Amino acid sequence: MDNLNNYLIVSAVLFSIGTIGVLTRKNAIVMFMCIELMLNAVNLTFVAFSRHLGNLDGQIFVFFIMTVAAAEAAVGLAMFIAFFNNRESIDIDDANLMKW
Amino acid sequence: MDINVAQLFQTINLNVIMPEVILSVLGMALLLVNVFVPSKSKGYLAWLSLIGIIGAGFVAVTGWGTTVSSFNDSVVQDNFAIFFKMIFLLAAGLAVLISDQYMSREDCNHGELYPIILFTTVGMMLMAAATDLMTIFLGLELMSISLYVLAGFNRDSIKSNEAGMKYFLLGAFSTGFLLYGMALIYGVTGTTRIAKIASLVVQVGGAGNTMLLIGMFLMLTGFLFKIAAAPFHMWTPDVYEGAPTPMTAFMSAGPKAAGFATMLRLLLVVFPAMKAEWSDLLWILAVLTMTVGNFTALRQDNIKRMLAYSSIAHAGYCLVGFASGTATGTSGILFYMLSYTFMNIGAFAVIVLIGKKGEPNGTVMDYAGLGHKRPLLALAMTVFMFSLAGMPPTAGFIGKFYLFSGAVEAGYIWLAIIGVLNSAASVYYYLRVIVFMYFKPGEEEFDWFTISAPVALALVVSAAGSLIPGVIPSLLLQFAQQAVKLI
Repeated sequence: MDNLNNYLIVSAVLFSIGTIGVLTRKNAIVMFMCIELMLNAVNLTFVAFSRHLGNLDGQIFVFFIMTVAAAEAAVGLAMFIAFFNNRESIDIDDANLMKW
Repeated sequence: MDINVAQLFQTINLNVIMPEVILSVLGMALLLVNVFVPSKSKGYLAWLSLIGIIGAGFVAVTGWGTTVSSFNDSVVQDNFAIFFKMIFLLAAGLAVLISDQYMSREDCNHGELYPIILFTTVGMMLMAAATDLMTIFLGLELMSISLYVLAGFNRDSIKSNEAGMKYFLLGAFSTGFLLYGMALIYGVTGTTRIAKIASLVVQVGGAGNTMLLIGMFLMLTGFLFKIAAAPFHMWTPDVYEGAPTPMTAFMSAGPKAAGFATMLRLLLVVFPAMKAEWSDLLWILAVLTMTVGNFTALRQDNIKRMLAYSSIAHAGYCLVGFASGTATGTSGILFYMLSYTFMNIGAFAVIVLIGKKGEPNGTVMDYAGLGHKRPLLALAMTVFMFSLAGMPPTAGFIGKFYLFSGAVEAGYIWLAIIGVLNSAASVYYYLRVIVFMYFKPGEEEFDWFTISAPVALALVVSAAGSLIPGVIPSLLLQFAQQAVKLI
C-alpha cells in the first residue's frame, strides 16, 4: 500500500496530541483520556503496519492493547473515585500531600 | 499463511509456565476463599499464599540448566528466567510475610491483597520469561495494573490514594511510549518474536535505520520508567512514601528486577548490534540516576522517602553494570538484584514494625534510642543499612564490587569512579539511621509493638540473605554467571 505514510503521520500526530495533553492538563480524567488517545495512536500504527506487511501479528497485538486498556480504565477510574471521596476533587494539583 | 492447528498445539508445553499457572490458580482460588474468611483471620490467606509461592519456587528450580521454549516461541524457560523468577518469588514471599501485621494495624486488612500480590508476581515472571513483544507487554501490564492497586490499597488514606493515582497516571503514560516503540519495531521487522527481530536487526541496517533506533529508545523509556531511572524517577518518592509500607518494600524490589530482566534480554539478545548507541545512553543515565538518587536522599528525613531515593540510586548502580555489557557486569546485576531484595525488604520490615497507625512517626529521628530499647531489631536494621551502603562483609558490598569491576573491565573507568564516589556519599544517610538508633537519646520506649511470627521470619531470612552472600559470594555468583551465559 502506498499510503502507509499517511497512516503513520496521522498516528504520530495523535500520539503527540495525547502526550502534550497529559503534560499540560490538570484534570486526572482528561489526562487519562489523553493516555487512551496515545494507546489508540499506537493501535493505528500497528494496524497500518499489519496491513502493509500482510501479516496478522500486529492486529492481534491491537486486541491485547484494547483489552489491557479496558482493565487499566477499570482500575484507574476506581482509583479516581477513591481520591475524589477523600479530597472532593480530581484535580492533580490537589494531589500535593507529598513533595520533595 | 496457513497454520496447521495440530502442529501449533505441539508447541504448547505447559511445564514451561507451570510456576505462573500455580500462582494464577492459587490467586483466583484465594479470591473466592477470601469471601468466607472473617476479616480478623486474613492472616491465614498469607500463609496459603506463602505455601503457593514456595511450591512455585520448587517447580521453577527443577528446570535449572535446561532451555525450553513454548507457545510457539513466546515464552522460554532458561536459567536467566529461573534466576529472576526466584527473585520475584522471594520478594513476594517476604512481602506476604510482613503484610498481615501492617494491614491489621492500619485497619485495611482486605483479603484481596494476597491474590493481587500473586498476580503481580505472575506478571513479573512472565516478563522475565517472555521472548515475544506481546508476552512482554502482557506481563508488564499484569504487573503494573496490580501494582497500581497495591499502591492505592489503603483506600481510606489520602496519601495512599495519592500514591496510587500518581503511579497509575505516570505508569500508563510510560506504557504508551513502550507500546509505540514496539509498534515501530514491528513495523521495521514485521514480527514480534524477539529471536526473529534479533536476526533481522542487522539486515534492516541496525543503528542506521532511524525507525528502529527510535523504536528501541521509546521501548527503553518504558522500562527505564519501571526501574525508576532518572530522569523518569519523579513518581518514585511519592509512590513509595504513600503506598502501604509492605507494598513499598515489594515494589522497590520485584518490579525493578523485572524491568532489568526484560531490558537485559532485549538489549543483549535483540540489539547487541546497536550496543554503541545504547551503552552511551545508559552510561549517562547511570551517572545521572546515581547522583540524583544519592544527593536527594541526603536531605530526606522521612525514612520511606529516603529509601525511595536510595532505590533510585541502586537502579543507577545496576545501570553501571548494564552499560558495561560484560558478563561480569550483567551477572553483577543479577547478584545485586537478589541481594537488594533481601536488604531492602528487610529494612522495610523494620519500618513496618516501628510505625504506629497512620505512620505519624516516619522520620529518621523517630529511631532515636531504638538500639537500647530493642537491641535485636536495631541490630537487624544495622545489617540492612550496612548492606545498602555497600560495606564489607555484606552482600551489598560484593554486588557493587562486581558491578563496578564489570565497568572497569569494559574500559569505563570514569563510570566506576563516579559509582564509587556516589556509594561513598550514600554512606552518610544510611549511617545516619544507625547513629540515631545507637547514639542519640530517645524518649520513646518502643513498647507499642510486638514482633509477630511472620515478620520475625521475614527479618531473619532477609538478614541472612544480606550477610551470607557477602561472606561466601561464590555460590550465588556461580548461579548468576550461569544465568547470563544463556541469553
